[in-house]
Amino acid sequence: MGSYRYRHYAYARPAELNGGPRRRHPVVVVGAGPVGLAAAIDLAQQGIASIVLDDNDVVSVGSRAICWAKRTLEIFARLGVAGRMVEKGVTWQVGRVYHRDLELYRFNLLPEGGHQMPAFVNLQQYYVEEYLVDRARQFPDMIGLRWKNTVTGVRQSAAGVTVTVQTPDGTYELDSEWLIAADGAGSTVRSELGLPFEGRSFEEKFLIVDVRMDADYPSDRRFWFQPTFDPGQSVLIHRQPDNVFRIDFQLGWDADADAERRPERAMERVRRVVGPGVSCEFEWCSVYTFRCARLERFVAGRVVFAGDSAHVVSPFGARGGNGGIQDIDNLCWKLAHVLRGAAPPELIDSYDRERRHGADENILNSSRTTTFMTPKTAVERQLRDGVLALAPHFPFARALVNSGRLSRPCHLQGFPGFAADDGGVFGDMCPGMPCDDAPVSGVDGRSTWLLEHLGARPTALVFVADRRDATYIAESAAACGIPGLAIVAITDRRQGDLPLPELLDRDGLVRTRYGGATGVTYLIRPDQHVLARWRGWDAAALGAAWRNCLGSGSA
Amino acid sequence: MTHLRRDDGFGGQGDAFYEQLVAAHRNLSEYDSGALNARLVLLLANHVGDPAVVAEAIAAARRGLAAGASGAAQESAE
Repeated sequence: MGSYRYRHYAYARPAELNGGPRRRHPVVVVGAGPVGLAAAIDLAQQGIASIVLDDNDVVSVGSRAICWAKRTLEIFARLGVAGRMVEKGVTWQVGRVYHRDLELYRFNLLPEGGHQMPAFVNLQQYYVEEYLVDRARQFPDMIGLRWKNTVTGVRQSAAGVTVTVQTPDGTYELDSEWLIAADGAGSTVRSELGLPFEGRSFEEKFLIVDVRMDADYPSDRRFWFQPTFDPGQSVLIHRQPDNVFRIDFQLGWDADADAERRPERAMERVRRVVGPGVSCEFEWCSVYTFRCARLERFVAGRVVFAGDSAHVVSPFGARGGNGGIQDIDNLCWKLAHVLRGAAPPELIDSYDRERRHGADENILNSSRTTTFMTPKTAVERQLRDGVLALAPHFPFARALVNSGRLSRPCHLQGFPGFAADDGGVFGDMCPGMPCDDAPVSGVDGRSTWLLEHLGARPTALVFVADRRDATYIAESAAACGIPGLAIVAITDRRQGDLPLPELLDRDGLVRTRYGGATGVTYLIRPDQHVLARWRGWDAAALGAAWRNCLGSGSA
Repeated sequence: MTHLRRDDGFGGQGDAFYEQLVAAHRNLSEYDSGALNARLVLLLANHVGDPAVVAEAIAAARRGLAAGASGAAQESAE
């Protein structure tokens, strides 16, 4: 890769090889990709130590996952890496879809303002991993990063999990109460436990090429069906930082993968896209096929699967990496509560339930996209081409054109542990929804964002009119019986002397998005999902809703 | 719930519709005839709009065709 310099992270001989006493770690994470690193950081921020094992000593070779969605960036903000990602990455929100030379339509993924994070940031996976490693190293007492430590065996008992780890200096065993398998689509942990990974393969080959060039291309995602400049079925172009462009070519099932992945051959295709006169430099390429598959269960005893080890999808829609980070967001606060003894172990079953739902949503969307992109019979092709032919003239047909339905946050309405909605509160933020962001100001007048004040702890969001309201709430907060409860008071006029942390709803968007009349109260999970909401503050109801959530695992 | 219409929606003008449909395919290659049918299905299904009615129409149209061994094998392969 010309534009990125790989650093080798130092391998260190594990203490276990020196024959010290064995101790059981709270969590072992297998895999130092984005998902595994995010898990270790999220746990460390909640006071849970972990050991991260990786079979390699460098970040991702090749750009791989490049499109990071708004919800993922909000999670990364909570983990302390989103600032660097947004600064370095290419921000975009418009997708443009073409048929041959004709632009059929554009879609805007974030048409409204008042959100800290953009719809998408394109950033090569190696940068994301680098930033996550840097962040993880800020917790030297909590996160043990062990490079060139390859897991070769897994066994478990009621007390926990034991992995066998191979290093350049020999093999050792490591015990943990919980194991997070974030070791990717070819997961060793999964195969060691003999778990079937079933799904549907798609008979299509794609070539993905990264090139560096000084092209005046927009940041928009651009997708062509039947492009005039390439013999293949479709082409997708994404802009990345460092003047690197990702070009995805749909080759057809009968393509010769070995011939197509030769850089000279790949660059011939690239030149037909960019035209003469633009100098471009080869960075990386790969030919891939894909399938949609998931584990039947994401939790097996004390082993929890997250990211590609649990589910894989086609890349169209950016639902792989983003889905994996949402797994971690959902899992880590639960694991932290269980390890602290604040919740029963069954709470982890709710991770399985909720993230299988997320994975199914991703698999459904990505399968539908693939079906549209890769017609398998003459009739399928006629239907697909019919949609493309009608699209310039009929809005309904444009809506059927499917070049990827991009990752959206997963909603959990109706899942066990979430309260039934209080019909008296307006706004879209019903129980099960991930919280919308909004601009606010602190009492010092400093601009900040609502989501910066939610998360990591159970949080009550209360709309208060004045000091009297806030005092009543502060004094009755203990009656909730929620350990570590954070309370945030939202005001529409700055009070400045409240006995609760105050956020001024300076543009009125919290009120609009949360249906906030005075007294309206939200209880929010540490992963920024609405758990329950009420017309008025009721400490007993908050407590009951939280205990219902923690006990909902075996529901 | 609305069901798929089964009575005579053309109010006695069915012969004219049928003639029009056949005429639309005149002078088209087999491939283009297929394309025409595909476009018609898309346009008309969208006009109906109700997914339940469309599902009934699909089921009615498949009757007598779906039992073929090849069709069943294809379904189970997915």
